[in-house]
Amino acid sequence: MPLVSIDKVHKYYGENHVLKGVDLKVEAGEVISIIGRSGSGKSTLLRCINGLESFQEGAIYVGNQAVEDDELKLRLLSRSVGMVFQSFNLFPHKTAAENVMLAPQLVLKKDAEECKALAKKLLEKVGLGDKLDAYPANLSGGQQQRVAIARSLAMSPKVLLCDEITSALDPELVGEVLHVLEQLKEEGMTLILVTHEMNFARDVGDRVVFMHQGKVWETGASDEVFANPQTPELQSFLSVVR
Amino acid sequence: MMQFTDWDILRNLLLAARWTILLSLFAFIGGGLVGLILTFLRSAKYASLNVFFKVYVEIFQGVPLLMQLFLTFFGLSLLGIDVDAWTAAILSLTLFSSAYLHEIWRSCIEALPKGQWEACRTLGLTYAQTMRHVIIPQAIKMAIAPTVGFSVQIVKGTALASIIGFVELTKAGTMLNNATFEPFKVFGLVALLYFIICFPLSVLARYLENKNHATR
Repeated sequence: MPLVSIDKVHKYYGENHVLKGVDLKVEAGEVISIIGRSGSGKSTLLRCINGLESFQEGAIYVGNQAVEDDELKLRLLSRSVGMVFQSFNLFPHKTAAENVMLAPQLVLKKDAEECKALAKKLLEKVGLGDKLDAYPANLSGGQQQRVAIARSLAMSPKVLLCDEITSALDPELVGEVLHVLEQLKEEGMTLILVTHEMNFARDVGDRVVFMHQGKVWETGASDEVFANPQTPELQSFLSVVR
Repeated sequence: MMQFTDWDILRNLLLAARWTILLSLFAFIGGGLVGLILTFLRSAKYASLNVFFKVYVEIFQGVPLLMQLFLTFFGLSLLGIDVDAWTAAILSLTLFSSAYLHEIWRSCIEALPKGQWEACRTLGLTYAQTMRHVIIPQAIKMAIAPTVGFSVQIVKGTALASIIGFVELTKAGTMLNNATFEPFKVFGLVALLYFIICFPLSVLARYLENKNHATR
């Protein structure tokens, strides 16, 4: 059974039909890169998986949990689905460690000591063992994004959604964030990335999903899709971004 | 006829100033509580209540405070509810300041990036947890300076309560002037006392504003 299964999902913003029957199955442990032009619906699709956006037709399952427009069910879902944002969205009034600790403490009701240890472990894992007490404003973009990844991991999600998480970073800081993702892949984490990092998608990703006009236009194993794009739309997209 | 020395004038004004300060405090606390409730209900996004909030704010911001005082004081009497000047003044000033404070606080909450809410949602925090641990600590920083600034408006607004016969600073000034026929001296002192109450608040608001800008 796939970990994430997206079934004929349609999404409208008023008159605007942004997702036109998207089908996608993601197995546990897979790393999926969603690529496509802006406006193709890739971020919207990602945000539908954890209920940040609602959809009008079709179904999405994570494990055996259906994604529904219901506060309580979405809160439960958030324990299996983590998300990292382009703009980090760290809590600026809390230190790196406090950012990581907040959800396990409040949502999972773990005690403070346990959460502190967890925060330390996770921040060490993303290479920020020396920044526990730093505030986001005193961290570089790459460091902030790594704190955000640690914050998501603190809820031990089954799948991590990454929404253009390197797009707001200076070029020299992209590598440190991608390195963390590679590490996660090795540990068997399921990753769904909306990304502009074509090299990363090709080298680290298992599968590529090319979205165009609200549909999954072309999909396949990463190396094949990049080496041998089938549709003219993907060919032209790749020729522009490369 | 009794003679008023300068000290008598000042003493009486000071005694009346207590009521100005007390009325301001009550209005600020009452308005703050009502404003807080409105703000919480509004940000919880009960869509059906939104029209109510908008109308509420528009009415209390769009009608002069003096008319609100008249309506509470005379209007409620017409309906058979007897209100004294003190109750009417507190009631009107509370409603008036709640509308403004609600607007100030709502805008501070809305000024926070949407991503803060989204991050909390994806982490599974409830609405109450999100407000308490993420939104309010950040919004408070922004809200303090304009809130203190608005308290100056409340202090000055209490002067209108003199018209429905509530004896505070302005009313005491009018009465002393009637007795002494020294309007310049009396109202000069009244103005000075208002200034002495309001100026520290303005300075505090400015200080808090600069402090927050520096730490951002």
